[in-house]
Amino acid sequence: MPFDVYLNVAVAGILTGLVYGLMALGLSVIFGVVRVVNFAHGEMMSIAMYLAVVLFSGFHLDPLIMLVPIAAVMFVFGYALQAGVINPFITRPEHSQFLLLVALAIIIVNVLLIIFGPDARTIQTSYAYDSFQIGRLIVDASKLYAGGAAILFAVLLFAFFRYTLVGKAVRACADNYTGALVVGLNVNRLYALTFGIGAACVGAAGVMMTLIVDVTPIIGPTYTLLAFVIVITGGLGSMLGALVGGILIGLTEAFAGLLFTPSAKSMFAFGILVLVLLFRPQGILGKRTA
Amino acid sequence: MTLPSMASARLPAEGASRRNLALLAALFGALVIAPWVVNDYLITVLILILYLAYTGQAWNIMMGFAGQLSLGHALYAGLGAYIAAVLFKQFGIAPWLGFLAALPVAAAAGAIIGFLAFRFGVAGVYFAILTIAFAEFARIGFDHLSVVNASAGLFLPVTQHGYNDLWNLRGGPTMFYYVILAATMLAFILCRGLLNSRIGYFWLAIREDEQAARAAGIDTFRYKMYAVMISAAVTSFAGVFYAFYYNNLFPEQVFSISRSIEMILGPIIGGVGTLFGPILGAFVLTGLAETLNSAMVAFGVDLPGAKQVLYGICLLLVVMALPSGIWPWLSRRLGLTDGSR
Amino acid sequence: MTRKSRSNSARVSRRSFSAGIGAAGLVAGMAPFSIARAQSGPLKVGVLLPRSGFEAGIGQDCQRGVDIAAPILKSLGLPELAIVNGDTESSVETARSRAAQMISDGAQLLIGAFDSGQTTAIAQVAEQNGIPLVINIAAAPEITDQGYKFVFRNFPTAKMILGDAFENQKQVFNLVGAAPKTVVFMHVNDTFGTAMAKGINFVMPKFNMPYTIADEIAYDPAARDLSVEVAKAKASNPDALLLVSRLNDAMLLTRELVKQRWTPQAILSMGPGWYEDQYLKTLGKLSDGPLSFVPWYDPNKPLSKKLEAALAAAYPGINLNTNHVFTFEALLVAADAYKRAGSADPKALADAIRATNITDNVSIGPGIQFDGTGQNAKVKDGAVQNRGGKIVVLSPPDAANAKPEWPLASYQSRT
Repeated sequence: MPFDVYLNVAVAGILTGLVYGLMALGLSVIFGVVRVVNFAHGEMMSIAMYLAVVLFSGFHLDPLIMLVPIAAVMFVFGYALQAGVINPFITRPEHSQFLLLVALAIIIVNVLLIIFGPDARTIQTSYAYDSFQIGRLIVDASKLYAGGAAILFAVLLFAFFRYTLVGKAVRACADNYTGALVVGLNVNRLYALTFGIGAACVGAAGVMMTLIVDVTPIIGPTYTLLAFVIVITGGLGSMLGALVGGILIGLTEAFAGLLFTPSAKSMFAFGILVLVLLFRPQGILGKRTA
Repeated sequence: MTLPSMASARLPAEGASRRNLALLAALFGALVIAPWVVNDYLITVLILILYLAYTGQAWNIMMGFAGQLSLGHALYAGLGAYIAAVLFKQFGIAPWLGFLAALPVAAAAGAIIGFLAFRFGVAGVYFAILTIAFAEFARIGFDHLSVVNASAGLFLPVTQHGYNDLWNLRGGPTMFYYVILAATMLAFILCRGLLNSRIGYFWLAIREDEQAARAAGIDTFRYKMYAVMISAAVTSFAGVFYAFYYNNLFPEQVFSISRSIEMILGPIIGGVGTLFGPILGAFVLTGLAETLNSAMVAFGVDLPGAKQVLYGICLLLVVMALPSGIWPWLSRRLGLTDGSR
Repeated sequence: MTRKSRSNSARVSRRSFSAGIGAAGLVAGMAPFSIARAQSGPLKVGVLLPRSGFEAGIGQDCQRGVDIAAPILKSLGLPELAIVNGDTESSVETARSRAAQMISDGAQLLIGAFDSGQTTAIAQVAEQNGIPLVINIAAAPEITDQGYKFVFRNFPTAKMILGDAFENQKQVFNLVGAAPKTVVFMHVNDTFGTAMAKGINFVMPKFNMPYTIADEIAYDPAARDLSVEVAKAKASNPDALLLVSRLNDAMLLTRELVKQRWTPQAILSMGPGWYEDQYLKTLGKLSDGPLSFVPWYDPNKPLSKKLEAALAAAYPGINLNTNHVFTFEALLVAADAYKRAGSADPKALADAIRATNITDNVSIGPGIQFDGTGQNAKVKDGAVQNRGGKIVVLSPPDAANAKPEWPLASYQSRT
């Protein structure tokens, strides 16, 4: 196969992987700090995607502009969800958390089905069919913008956790729950805040995703699984790890599809997951916990 | 990882255990005579309930007794289903023999997953994700396997005799009902036996505090492996039953994660780690689903998705109100016990 | 297997018994059908479709064919049908228990269910209870290979679809005086796609097609991104694309073709997706041109015109397609059989269905007849093309109402 095919596929894989990474970032934040196994992660993203679709058809604003308000709405949603419903479950066993979030996922998927119907919805931006041609490299415009937005959002998030007081408090909770309590942090509020941030992340990722894929009520579960694969591969607790994991999975799927049967490409992502779980359980960039 | 909360552990009082036995006998008696009294639709529903009760009990061995969360149990059912189905379709081998062939394969699959997980220290959520990964592997793998007709689906030849052929599992719903009823009862007896045995005590120790158990000299690796393998083997029969009852298999559905989730809702709602939990959970959940459906039909509500929303809300309410499941709460209320801790 | 006889009083006691079984207590409210011995009055038909779950879109589309049927059947002088709609939730287990429930509630005939797996489950229940099942859409050949006496299918099997597709392709090539020399065969890796892929190796050699298959690319039905697949196809440099896909992949593929700046000579689809309303609406000008070789309606038949008009009135903006047509025809078969049988006795109905000979129908072909296995072996597929948001029929000649446009207009020139 000519070289430019590999190049095109690689670039597309990286860009898509960045958006996956942003989605996984939300899960990494939630799981890493609040320690809740968010099996409704993909469904939350689908809510954001539908919001984007609805706002676009109403106001015709580019999704990337609507990113901020939608992320804000998702933040509130996540905050409320954590404070209202999920909080008691933090200390409960995983299977209880799992059931709670599965129940939420069922509700979300079917409410979306009732409201929006089963047909796929798309956002037709003016640049939906554009592509940039650089020599023999053809880059999909939407993917480029989405990937760029993902990087930007991740950088902002990183800065938030690094340099703001609230961000540091959240990290403190993740690192040492008891210690955080001891120094007087309002852990419950911080948990809610973190869940909100995670939800905002996945919301932003969802908006970017609408540039690349169509949304149906049932796309949630696939992305939930993908998010877990990426988070574990990249490393829990590492934001850069989530992005790196996303890119890695994006590339793996792209090349697996190219070199083998596309219908089996997910196997490779799972293969990597198994290898990581066995040989480097903290993930590629994760910290080894004591 | 946090410990599962336990209902207050107490030894069954003599009176309670006699009451238990009486109730148990009444329940099974009712189930045995059911086909004479109810119509075909309800038999179909009961088969669904018992199927879930059976798989729930099998899963419960791994989770409730040994504390390992498996979210990929559809793998074992799927292996059982496909092996028995292929042997029947290609070689005319009866499902009971097919099960004997599938059992070691399922146990081996469980052993592989268990080995990889336990040797490499994969636990908790990570273990759960590992089980998902293997189930997905199987799903995608079988989707490309031509001997099982890949994703086009494996259809078992259905013959209409007019009589029930128990050896080949060809027949009417009543026959299947008794098969799954017997299986569920045997599974219950098995679980009870395991719980009250030495293995059961070791499992309890591992579930409560694995490090302490190891410190006390229990070979945790070995007993966790037993749990996984027994659970897998028992689950594989459900797959065999499924294959011969529905007569068609598609990897997309048989190994799908929603199948795995379906299997574990019952025991979690009913009460993980208890003996009655999975059975009670299966009755409650299926009963709930069918009731919601009948109610919507009766009220003329024709809105696809509405039933699932209500179902999800009910699940939510139960899991929020009764964190350890329905059975521990119910047993406290009724003063019963099922002998589990 | 003999049917259990049901009397009203026995049923009441079963219902109250079941209230105990279903822990929350079943609603022993009005049953949708009342068991009656009377054989006059409307025929009680249960329609089972996947109206939620992953096939919800198609199930709800099929439902439209049900919703518009009544006035048309009346205008043909056919007896009334009392229809109860059921949702299989895209699941085999639910399909089976819904079917059992409908039969318990008095359904005298079942229709369904689009998905081969769910249809198989329903077929078993129907056969065991001796209730006729008229399949609207399901392509797996095995369903009519089981020797069932109560299952009927007015829809082609995958092999039939393939054979007709090649036939019609050659027709179209003749009409335009051109043909691709190489194609890439892309198919979705689900039940239908895989069945078609397997069949191709058997069926294609019999037709002496002018093209060879340069590469075969199977992709995941849940794929959200087909850029790699399209890149792979493009790398083989074929003249045309031969496809079996679904709606979502059709849209994704088209977008990728545009973005990767590649317009093949033709898109030859042998499955759903490319002619569907959502495809046309979402892609606008980019939707013109693809050819679909699928079971379709004959626009020149008078009943087709009636159906088109009814659909346009009830659901403006929605084109008549396979889902509506075959679901409607299943009801047509039911009503016609009921008229000829004169009674709702299931055995009489089944015999009447077996003797069906409807020439005034909607789908392409000589009409609706069933052979010994319950299959309509005479139903034919058509070749259709997207044109300006509508679908025109190119082949077979007596069903045609337009000439083909060839080759595909460059995507870049359309944006």
